Amino acid sequence: MASRLQAPEIKLDNVSVGYGERLVLQNITATLPAGGISVILGGSGCGKSTLLRNILGLAPLIGGAITLGDVNLYARSEEEMVALRMRLGVLFQDGALLGSLTLGENVALPLHEHTELDEALIYEVVNMKLRLVGLEQFIDYYPRQLSGGMRKRAGLARAMALDPAILLCDEPTSGLDPITSADMDQLILELKATFAMTIVVVTHDLESLFTIADFVVVLEKGRMLFTGTLDELRRCEDPYIVNFLDRQPSRKSAILNDDCLFAKLRSRQGAGRG
Amino acid sequence: MGEELRVFIWLVNSLSRCAGRRFFGKGRTKPYLRDVSWNHLSWIGADSLPIVSVIAACTGIILALQAAIQLEKVGALSYVANLVGFSIVTELGPLLTCLIITGRAGAAFTAEIATMKISEEIDALEVMGMDAVRFLVWPKFMAMLIMAPLLTLWSDFVGILSGGIFSNAVLGLSGKVYFEQTATFLKFTDVVSGLVKSAGFGAAITLICCWQGFLARDGAADVGQRTTKAVVQSIFIMILLDLFFTALNYIFR
Repeated sequence: MASRLQAPEIKLDNVSVGYGERLVLQNITATLPAGGISVILGGSGCGKSTLLRNILGLAPLIGGAITLGDVNLYARSEEEMVALRMRLGVLFQDGALLGSLTLGENVALPLHEHTELDEALIYEVVNMKLRLVGLEQFIDYYPRQLSGGMRKRAGLARAMALDPAILLCDEPTSGLDPITSADMDQLILELKATFAMTIVVVTHDLESLFTIADFVVVLEKGRMLFTGTLDELRRCEDPYIVNFLDRQPSRKSAILNDDCLFAKLRSRQGAGRG
Repeated sequence: MGEELRVFIWLVNSLSRCAGRRFFGKGRTKPYLRDVSWNHLSWIGADSLPIVSVIAACTGIILALQAAIQLEKVGALSYVANLVGFSIVTELGPLLTCLIITGRAGAAFTAEIATMKISEEIDALEVMGMDAVRFLVWPKFMAMLIMAPLLTLWSDFVGILSGGIFSNAVLGLSGKVYFEQTATFLKFTDVVSGLVKSAGFGAAITLICCWQGFLARDGAADVGQRTTKAVVQSIFIMILLDLFFTALNYIFR
């Protein structure tokens, strides 16, 4: 099995990303601390998942550099990239488990690919990883037989299969009920405490943010609005961030602020019932 | 168009690398990849046998009937065997078998890979440091290269046999004459040319169907569109390849 290396920090240096003419991220500069949980926060479509894909090296940069420890992610050969990715664990939004494999086979996949462990030992490791997320009794289940929360936990078990130094999670609590979301936050905190990994979480879930974050990056429309600790975020006076944290709507209601439109809709509704 | 071409070149390049690693590399195939290959061999081959058999039997009977209508007029009914055997072995056996494989396996390849692409499963493979082509396409490609000719051979056998039984039972042609005529008339190279054709068709079907799967981008609707495109393009390329192989066969006969 790949030996676990010391958790590195992640440096984003003037990162710009675009598709064709459209710039999705502009000049993002931040240092995500080693061994801590960094949360990339922002509204829907602000580019946070794109930034995560870039930290994984899955999409090209237009400008800037991303460094994991002292390794420049975008100046590596394909073989070096494969070696580097063995140090990364990734939890995708819906788990991204392979539907044709059972949970056990999903978790075993990176072990089969990157290690020479025998079947019995792989089975032991898989059991251990599934126990870590409370799913050891579901080892023979297929992903379609599990709930959304269980799929995410199983995705986390697979991400942990090779004992990564960096764990990246894309919206780990989205679509989950409050209790399951709290369980997921608890699990991320346990992983940080147990394995001392550098963890990056992309989310727009405020409960999650205040529970797990050591360091926060806030994005809005592809630009970076804020980097700092949770306390600094609470003290920040940027109007977008204040609205975001207070869950204020960004626009006035078109219906409630237009008497004429409101009256028209009410009368049409009345006519429909009559 | 540029993106489609880029993905096609990437796919061909990755497949060549897989072939190089498999046939010239030092490392042995990982056991879990062997299981994936066996599953594909069984799914493409054994599971296609019933439908291939039924279509081949019908084709043999149809050819015998069509030939009898014309050959009866000139009193050369025994030549039904030549026509059925030659048409099936060199043309209809490989073509119809691979058409069935396109509809059964090719469409499934596209839908599987496209769905995996959209649900980020391909990205997950990549970030696990796994070669998606080696895991997803190579086993399909090898299974198709082995199973398309084997199914064609089976289809040839069933087609000729059904044509013979029908000719004996309905047209009154002696079974001994039919099979002797077939054995005398058909050459070994006819059978081989049909099998080479089907291997070529199988490779083209896998390449096109997997390529279309990797091109999927925009949700569930794209899976359907890519699957349709894959089937249509596979059939089109198969007909072009058929023309090419038949012309080659004619030139070097």
